[in-house]
Amino acid sequence: MSRLLKLNIFRYNPEDEQSAPHMQEFVLEETDSMTLFIALNRVREEQDPSLQFDFCCRAGICGSCGMVINGRPGLACHTKTRDLPGEITLLPLPVFKLVGDLSVDTGTWFREMYTKTESWIHTNKVFDPTALEERMDNKDAVAIYELERCVECGCCISACGTARLREDFMGAAALNRVARFLIDPRDQRTDRDYYDIIGNDMGIFGCMGLLACEDVCPKHLPLQNQLGFLRRKMGITSIKRLFSK
Amino acid sequence: MQTIYTDFLVVGAGLAGERAAVETAEAGFSAICLSLVPARRSHSSAAQGGMQASLGNSVMGEGDGPDVHFADTVKGSDWGCDQEVARLFADTAPIEMRRLAHWGVPWNRVVPGKSIYYKGGKQFEKVEAAEKEGLIMARSFGGTAKWRTCYTSDGTGHAVMCTMDNRCAEKGVEVHDKTEAIALLQDGEACFGVVARCLRTGELRVYLSKATMIAAGGFGRIYPNTTNAVICDGGAHAMCVATGLVPMGNMEAVQFHPTGIVPTDILVTEGCRGDGGTLLDVDEKRFMNIYEPEKAELASRDVVSRWMTHHMREGHGVKSPYGEHLWLDIRHLGREHITGKLREVYEICTSFLGVDPIHQLIPVRPTQHYSMGGVRTNKDGAAYGLKGLFAAGEAACWDMHGFNRLGGNSLAETVVAGGIIGRRIAEFLEGCETEFKTGLTNDEVKRQQARIDALISGRDGSENVYKVRAAMQDALHKGANIFRTQEGLEKCVADLQEALIRAKKVGLRSNGKGVNPELTAALKLEGQVRLALMVAYGALMRTESRGSHNREDFPARNDRDWLTRTLAYWKKPEDTLPTLEYEPSTTVVEIPPGDRGYGHAEIISADDKKE
Ligand SMILES: Cc1cc2nc3c(=O)[nH]c(=O)nc-3n(C[C@H](O)[C@H](O)[C@H](O)COP(=O)(O)OP(=O)(O)OC[C@H]3O[C@@H](n4cnc5c(N)ncnc54)[C@H](O)[C@@H]3O)c2cc1C
Ligand code: SF4
Ligand code: SF4
Ligand code: FES
Repeated sequence: MSRLLKLNIFRYNPEDEQSAPHMQEFVLEETDSMTLFIALNRVREEQDPSLQFDFCCRAGICGSCGMVINGRPGLACHTKTRDLPGEITLLPLPVFKLVGDLSVDTGTWFREMYTKTESWIHTNKVFDPTALEERMDNKDAVAIYELERCVECGCCISACGTARLREDFMGAAALNRVARFLIDPRDQRTDRDYYDIIGNDMGIFGCMGLLACEDVCPKHLPLQNQLGFLRRKMGITSIKRLFSK
Repeated sequence: MQTIYTDFLVVGAGLAGERAAVETAEAGFSAICLSLVPARRSHSSAAQGGMQASLGNSVMGEGDGPDVHFADTVKGSDWGCDQEVARLFADTAPIEMRRLAHWGVPWNRVVPGKSIYYKGGKQFEKVEAAEKEGLIMARSFGGTAKWRTCYTSDGTGHAVMCTMDNRCAEKGVEVHDKTEAIALLQDGEACFGVVARCLRTGELRVYLSKATMIAAGGFGRIYPNTTNAVICDGGAHAMCVATGLVPMGNMEAVQFHPTGIVPTDILVTEGCRGDGGTLLDVDEKRFMNIYEPEKAELASRDVVSRWMTHHMREGHGVKSPYGEHLWLDIRHLGREHITGKLREVYEICTSFLGVDPIHQLIPVRPTQHYSMGGVRTNKDGAAYGLKGLFAAGEAACWDMHGFNRLGGNSLAETVVAGGIIGRRIAEFLEGCETEFKTGLTNDEVKRQQARIDALISGRDGSENVYKVRAAMQDALHKGANIFRTQEGLEKCVADLQEALIRAKKVGLRSNGKGVNPELTAALKLEGQVRLALMVAYGALMRTESRGSHNREDFPARNDRDWLTRTLAYWKKPEDTLPTLEYEPSTTVVEIPPGDRGYGHAEIISADDKKE
């Protein structure tokens, strides 16, 4: 009844001078409701204890387990083996620094992104613990959360042609982050402030608009709309700048 | 080897750790958080439901206030909590929620006017007040007298975690992710940092700090089936236990949730049952109505988990390659309801199981969910046993949850405790002169390196780390689960002692180079077995039933003898059992022990102890 799965997994341990990048095959019996989370853990526990990969929540919530699954970046924990052919090829996400095997360093990349986009509310208001909370329209709250749902898995960055070509390209996740603050009434930054962050080739004008990012986003973020929104807004800002000079 | 200095070091970058770090950074101190994963992947981000604070903005929350929240919390704890801490918590929670709003959390807000809601599968109507428009909204949650749970759609933890991590970036709090603390630096009196292992290169690194906090979350992964992330493994607790000086509080208090899906134990919400879902056995027959004719599936979390386990023990479980389970049936609720009100459940079932809950049954089983026990602290968050060591969040036994925590109270605890304790730490740092003892530091690094070398060389034996870990998990699963008996616990303790011997003989099969995951697992294994023994032995000694701790052979809650908190120490490395001591659950009593109004009612009163 059950299939024998053939897993072709990228292997390389940069900390081991004996190690050279190569593909290694593992064979595993498929079980009911098997996900790549279960499959990879079984390979590690039963066949090769040195195999490196990242899972954390194993519930599609945390974004740890991004990898290239049969050619497409995605979350391994919510990929069921039964939706894949009997031969499965797994590669680490490109663009990010390789830690080993299927594990990459998304943390450093995203931390630099927060710094560049100054990913926090800019306001001169001071919190008053004795006062009621400041009111906000529920529609605004919901709209902000829609963009904040990004789990920083890095799939969009890995699928992006521009990001692969230019190391300094901010990528869809960063541009989406900017959009999140731009629509937040609590943030007092102006369009011009945002223009200084993303109004260049590293930002919105570097995007080729091919939309691989939205296709692979496991959280189905409306990246296409955000990129369009920012391009229009920044286009107008750049014209205003020209005329005010 | 790299040595890094900071005023404040936090082991853990979840909500509790980051909240405390922000507080000290705002007071002008340097702060670093260590984390196994990027901060936003911490388990705090998995919480969907929400966090409790008695703002009373929603019409269904009218009349709510800290006093009501406090009473719910004490009852929820089955009078096992520290009431002074529960009071501090209930009073501070509203301020912290407002502060989070100021920092950027997009809380759902009150929309005035008519709207519908469901209760017990039935539809009702409510009207929100116009003057509350735009204030923070609340939703309903189990075990609370009022609608008190603040939320952001179905991703509260995620949204709050993003805001907190942004705040850290703004305030210059550093997060060193892919870094694992493996040993405390201490001289028998004070703690002055940790030895950590870099999970990018495998190298050891030293962090020296004036104050150190454990905010490493729960340790659910010592059980085989848990809703917890794979990083909730108790490694940081184990490091405290290894000092022999720092006790763990109430380790036997472990919460189980009725509906983890099989095989991965991802949680599906209580809302399934709340909205009219039923539990079925191997013959696809209902059974909860037999055990609990009145409340059936809607009995409280611990009660349902207990009956489910009982029913499977009686031979009515469904066999699967992943062990036995039962079915959750929500098919009769219909497509509209399932893809609307239970959208998240629908997504979990389709993405992780390939099960379509509109037409198919969902495989579920009771699953470990929350650790009430942890590093015992006083009300200022200072750990017992070592000066300069603090703890907060799920890792701590600050003890506002006692023997059972209420839904929504944990996430709220992380920010409330993080804030309060962060302020205490800032005060501590103001008056702090520390000497960093380089001799002791070098010794500790050498000791850790020797441990690593021994594991790689297989000097102490060739036990398989994953097999020993499985033996530990299996022992706990069988003996220290939802139901506990003397016999089961004695066997569990004996099995764990055997696992402890095996854990000391682990040898790696791989070469251990770089970020070797086998080495990572091996380094914490012995410590994990010690934690497991604290759970099992504590449970064996506690001859009563309170909250989540259920002794079939001692069904009464015994306030006469057990209004106490267990303190578990591992005094010497060669010990084979923890040393247990006890202290009163609470020194301040605002609400004397009484009936909770749900669950078992048998109580041996404290008044029986006269002389
Ligand atoms: C599925 C699920 C849903 C939940 N939903 C809710 C809810 O709706 N409401 C609610 O109130 N509660 C909920 N809870 C409980 C709540 O989410 C947690 O108790 C809480 O988030 C714990 O936060 P924390 O800051 O203490 O730790 P975590 O957020 O767990 O963070 C722990 C941190 O410690 C780090 N760490 C661990 N060990 C080490 C080490 N050795 N070295 C360095 N770093 C280390 C980790 O990397 C991480 O950064 C839920 C729990 C689960 C499992
Ligand atoms: S649309 Fe822009 S951001 Fe998205 S993949 Fe293409 S170039 Fe990259
Ligand atoms: S935008 Fe989507 S694909 Fe990109 S990092 Fe966020 S969740 Fe992942
Ligand atoms: S492990 Fe968290 S998203 Fe896959």
